Amino acid sequence: MELKFSNNTLSLVNKIIKRYPEGKQKSALLPVLHLAQSEFDGWLSPEVMDYVASLLTIKPIEVYEVATFYSMFNLKPVGKNLLEVCRTGPCWLRGAEDMVAHIERKLNIKAGETSADGNFTLKTVECLGSCGSAPMLQCGANYYENLTEEKIDQLIEKLRDKGVRSSYLKSVEINS
Amino acid sequence: MRKLLLEHISEPGIETFDVYRKKGGYASVEKSLKTMTPDQVTEQVKASGLRGRGGAGFPAGMKWSFLDRKSDKPRYLVCNADESEPGTFKDRYLMEKIPHLLIEGMITSSYALGAKTSYIYIRGEYMYIVRILEKAIEEAYAAGFLGKNILGTEYSLDLYVHPGAGAYICGEETALLESLEGKRGNPRLKPPFPAIAGLYASPTVVNNVETIAAVVPIINLSGDEYAKIGLGKSTGTKLISASGHINKSGVYEIELGLPVEEFIYSDQYCGGVWKGRKLKAVVAGGSSVPILPAELILKTAKGEPRLMTYESLSDGGFISGTMLGSGGFIVMDETTSIVKNLYTFARFYHHESCGQCSPCREGTGWMEKILHRLHHGHGRKEDIDILVDVAKKIEGNTICPLGDAAAWPVASAIRHFRSEFEECVNNSMKVKELVH
Repeated sequence: MELKFSNNTLSLVNKIIKRYPEGKQKSALLPVLHLAQSEFDGWLSPEVMDYVASLLTIKPIEVYEVATFYSMFNLKPVGKNLLEVCRTGPCWLRGAEDMVAHIERKLNIKAGETSADGNFTLKTVECLGSCGSAPMLQCGANYYENLTEEKIDQLIEKLRDKGVRSSYLKSVEINS
Repeated sequence: MRKLLLEHISEPGIETFDVYRKKGGYASVEKSLKTMTPDQVTEQVKASGLRGRGGAGFPAGMKWSFLDRKSDKPRYLVCNADESEPGTFKDRYLMEKIPHLLIEGMITSSYALGAKTSYIYIRGEYMYIVRILEKAIEEAYAAGFLGKNILGTEYSLDLYVHPGAGAYICGEETALLESLEGKRGNPRLKPPFPAIAGLYASPTVVNNVETIAAVVPIINLSGDEYAKIGLGKSTGTKLISASGHINKSGVYEIELGLPVEEFIYSDQYCGGVWKGRKLKAVVAGGSSVPILPAELILKTAKGEPRLMTYESLSDGGFISGTMLGSGGFIVMDETTSIVKNLYTFARFYHHESCGQCSPCREGTGWMEKILHRLHHGHGRKEDIDILVDVAKKIEGNTICPLGDAAAWPVASAIRHFRSEFEECVNNSMKVKELVH
C-alpha cells in the first residue's frame, strides 16, 4: 500500500507550510516529521522520510540529516508506549536511577529495549525541564512527575495495551 | 516581594483570554500601538535595564537596537522557548500557567521591532504546551490582538508556534534559527549576527520567553519605574527554578537582590534543605555555571552576603564566584557525590554537543569517559589533571558557548571539591553514593 497521510493530516501539513514565507517550506520539516511519527507507528522509516521529502519538495538527504540529529525522532520501531525517563543532574539528585531500575525490573528489559509484548520501550533521556518535580518520565506528550515506584506501577497498568503517542496533531488542529 | 510576571498566576482561568484580559492583560499592546512609536517602545526597554533572561544576561534593549532597520528585508522576532538547560523550568511554568503573558509580550515586542511575522520556537518535548499556546494565539486572533490591523491600527502581525525535536543546542540562537529553517541545529559562525542576518538571512531578534514576558510590565510601568525594582544593574524580577535537595522546589519570582541565604532557607521560597540535612553545594544558574560550595554560595570570598543578582553571584570571578545564568538553582545536600553529579552533567553535554567543533565533540566525550571511571572507582592518578586540561582546551575554542558550558562545571567542581575526586582515585570502589 502506498504510504500517505490521512486527508486530515495532509490539510494540516499544507496549513503548516503556509506559516513560513513562500519558498521556505523546508521550515515545516520538524513539525511535519512530528506529524509523520505520530501517524506512522511512532518512528520514521526511510520510506516515511522519503514521503516527507516529497511533500516538502526537498531532497531525501535533507530529511535524513535532520531526522538523525534530533533525539525525539525514532529511527527504529518502538513499543506502543515510549517511556522516557530523565536522568540528568536534578532528576538524579531526586532518585531517577532508582526509577529506571524499577521499570527495568518490572518490564524485564534494559534501557533502550522494548518489552516482549511490544507494549513498552524504555529510554533514558536528558533534561526535560521537570527538575522541580523530579523524578519524572515522559510518555507521549504527557509528563509524569514526582514519581515513586507505586506511581510507576499504576502508570504501567494504565498504559498497557493503550499506546500513547505525541499529540502534535491535536495541538495544531486548534488553529486549523 | 513584588511580582511583575506571576502576580495573577493563582487566578482561576488566567490561562484564558477573558480572565487574563480582566486582570489587565494586553494593556501594553494598547498602550504601545496606540500611543507610542516602535522606537519609543525600544527606548523604554533600554531604560528598564532588562537583561536577557535566557542565561547570557545581555541587555535586551541594546540587542534590539542592533537590529538592522534599514534593510528592505522583513524583520523577525523569534522567541526562544527551547528551555533545555538542566535545572531550568521557569519558561515552561510561565507558558503553561499564563500563556497570554508571552503572547502579549510577543505582540508588543514585535511592534517595537517592526516584525510582521513572529515565531515561538519551543522545545519539542513541551508538546502539551504547544497546545496551550496554539489555543491562546487563537483567542488573541479572535479578540483582534493578532492578525491584520491590530486594534484598528496600521500594525499587523502573524504569530506561530514552531516545535523543535529534542536538541539542547537549539537554545543557542543561531542553532535555533538553523533549526527553524528546517536544518540540523548547528550554530552559525558569527558575525554576521542575527540582528543583521538571522532567520532566512533577514534581520532577526531572538529573545528568551521570560525576557519577552518582562516587556509587558516594562511598558505598563515605564522603563524608569521598572529599573527602580531590583538592585543596581540587576533590574526587575527574575524567575528562579529551584530544584534538588530542598523542601519546596518550584518556580519563584524574586526581586533581584534577594539574599541567597533567604532564598534557600525561607519558607517563602525553598524552605531549607530537605530531611534536615546540611547544605553542601549549589549550582545557581543552570548546569553550565560553576558549582559553589555552601560557604561560597551564602557569602562571597570577602565575607559579604551573596545576593541573587548578576553582579553578586559573579563576585570573585570563576575563582570564588559563579553566574546567575538562567536562574536554574540546583541545591545539593551533604550526602551528594559531587563527582557523580558532575558525571551526569558531562554525559549531558556529550550527548548534546552538535559535533561541529572538534574540541567540544571530542572533549565532552573524554570528560564523560574519565568521570565515568572516576565515579565507578576505576580512577587513575592522572585523571584529575587530564580533566582540568581537557576543560581548558575546550573553553573558548568553539563556535558557540556549549563548549564553555561543558567545561565550566568540570573546572569548578575540581577547584572546590578536589579532595572528592582524589578520593575516587585513592579509594577505588569506595565512592560515595547518594542516600535517598
